[in-house]
Amino acid sequence: MKKMIKMMALSVAALGMSVGAAVADPLKVGFLYLTTPGDHGWTYAHELARQEVQAHFGDKVETTFVENVPEGPDAERVVRELARQGNQVIFGTSFGYMDPMLKVSKEFPDVKFEHITGYKRSGNMATGNIRFYEGRYVQGIVAGMMTKSNKIGYIAPFPIPEAYQGLNAFAIGMREANPDAEIMVIWANTWADPVKEADAAKVLVAQGADVMAQHTDTPAMLQTAEKAGIHGFGQASDMKEFAPNAQLFSSVNNWAPYYIQKIEQVLDGSWSTGDGPDHWGGNTWKGMADNYLELTAFENMPDDVKAAAEAAAAKVKGGHNIFTGPIKDNKGNVVIKAGDALDDGRLWSDVFFYAEGIQGEMPG
Amino acid sequence: MLEDLILTVLMTSVPLVYAATGELIVERSGVLNLGVEGMMLMGAVAAFGVAMVSGSLVLGVFAGAVAGMLTAGLFGILVLGFATNQVATGLALTIFGTGLSGLVGAPLIGKAIGGLPQISLPVLSDLPVVGKLVFSHDLMAYGAVVMVALVAWFLKRTRGGLVLRAIGDNHDSAHALGYPVLGVRFMAVLFGGMMAGLGGAYLPLMLTPHWAEGMTAGRGWISLALVVFASWMPWRVLVGALIFGGITIMQLAGQAEGWTVPSQFLSMLPYLATIIVLVLISRNRDFALANSPACLGRAFHAGK
Repeated sequence: MKKMIKMMALSVAALGMSVGAAVADPLKVGFLYLTTPGDHGWTYAHELARQEVQAHFGDKVETTFVENVPEGPDAERVVRELARQGNQVIFGTSFGYMDPMLKVSKEFPDVKFEHITGYKRSGNMATGNIRFYEGRYVQGIVAGMMTKSNKIGYIAPFPIPEAYQGLNAFAIGMREANPDAEIMVIWANTWADPVKEADAAKVLVAQGADVMAQHTDTPAMLQTAEKAGIHGFGQASDMKEFAPNAQLFSSVNNWAPYYIQKIEQVLDGSWSTGDGPDHWGGNTWKGMADNYLELTAFENMPDDVKAAAEAAAAKVKGGHNIFTGPIKDNKGNVVIKAGDALDDGRLWSDVFFYAEGIQGEMPG
Repeated sequence: MLEDLILTVLMTSVPLVYAATGELIVERSGVLNLGVEGMMLMGAVAAFGVAMVSGSLVLGVFAGAVAGMLTAGLFGILVLGFATNQVATGLALTIFGTGLSGLVGAPLIGKAIGGLPQISLPVLSDLPVVGKLVFSHDLMAYGAVVMVALVAWFLKRTRGGLVLRAIGDNHDSAHALGYPVLGVRFMAVLFGGMMAGLGGAYLPLMLTPHWAEGMTAGRGWISLALVVFASWMPWRVLVGALIFGGITIMQLAGQAEGWTVPSQFLSMLPYLATIIVLVLISRNRDFALANSPACLGRAFHAGK
């Protein structure tokens, strides 16, 4: 309802402008959100970036957003609608918008499509992403040092490449710091369901976890950690407010530099989908070194852990490839050989394993 | 460990018990309100907002009940006053509640509160096993059991309960006998709204002390299924909610233990179990319909 009123208001405003004619029309930019910014996590980070875009470009750009767009066929309708309404750039901010956007991108060759976190592209559809797994590697090191029970809880979303990058980077970091620690994984099969996330967190606590990490979006896990008197990491935005004594740090997604850069390219005509030789050639996948991923202050941990976290963060910023062999899976098979390291392309195809330290079997 | 898991099962079942017990009364009076999800969300947002502003969780719980009741009142006016289609109106109420709670809740996002205090009865809660499981819950969890008992007693042992059931089974006869069909139904709808509001309030006050849009995530619909599951018998609602909660927690615990079953399947289990039980119940027609209100979902026109 809210979004409809907003969109109607915008289209009325747009109408008024085209009547007024003489002024240069603003570049219309549309955003698709998976939830509302009310998740205080993933979508919230995108909304902050959109506001920054608006502030940065002023009346040169007019942004619109549609909330609660389900992944799948329904997204196609919304993308098409945004394109019809004259949006010249459309940012789809969830993995599951990939195929619908790809389809619509062919129907609107003049519109620039920007898909977030996927891997398919077309002549007018580019991919943008953040190296989230870099933050999880630092989390792993901190978790490994903080745990006393050697049991670490991890709430994962869906079994997609990004989730495996994060989980395995976490395990690699954890095992570097503590070869005895084990990870219990719960796949929530949701991005945001606070009650289910809280249930999962309680179950992990009951099973002995004393540090928890999450790849789902709400602060529910951290609140559970706070109540149980243990520690955890925030997801996508700073969640300190919810867990002042439990949060070790949050990995914060900072999309604004990417959005601003790509919109500037559209304005000056240099925008491209950067079809390169490998998967990420010419596309944007940046992380901690470029402040696309920011870690909040290291808190609630002893000084030696803090120092190790800072060292790990510096190492990642310096270009350290976390997926450098030898890396074994949890059955002892070598999955990345000594002297080998996953490049950006293989980070999407060769991450489907449970690294040493993760308990159990991979989901289907 | 098992104790903690069981405790989690109990907590996760509480909102379902509230909402389903409320809906049970509504349906026993012959009205089908599919708006449980919407009423729960309104209860949740009001409870969280009031608790945050006032700093009082008791006021929060109260606000949740009132918000659920007001939302239900809207449904009651449409369905009973204007005899609108109950299914369509109920669905609309869910959509309305989801949207309005999101709008009202926008400024509450990113805020946190402390949860309700656990009530630990001094000596009793120190008893081994039982102590923790029986004597150390929050007030609302005890309230849920009390409400089930009250509703069971009301339906079975009181004149009011008899009238309510009579109206649900045959509103024309009840009307002919001089009972105020619409009045009783409206009260039932309000009660259902209050209970859904309380169930909703439990989410942001106890289960996960923050407000997130659409945080009920389908629990209103599960509550509706529970009423059928319970074949309109209050105590069976309690059993059904515990089974559902138990399977929910079991699948999470199983994953953490490293079960080799695909997690997608495990996530599906609670819903699958609900469907299976519904199918089993429906196979025995007499059993399924024994307590099913005959006038469920039918509009009442006094003139006929």
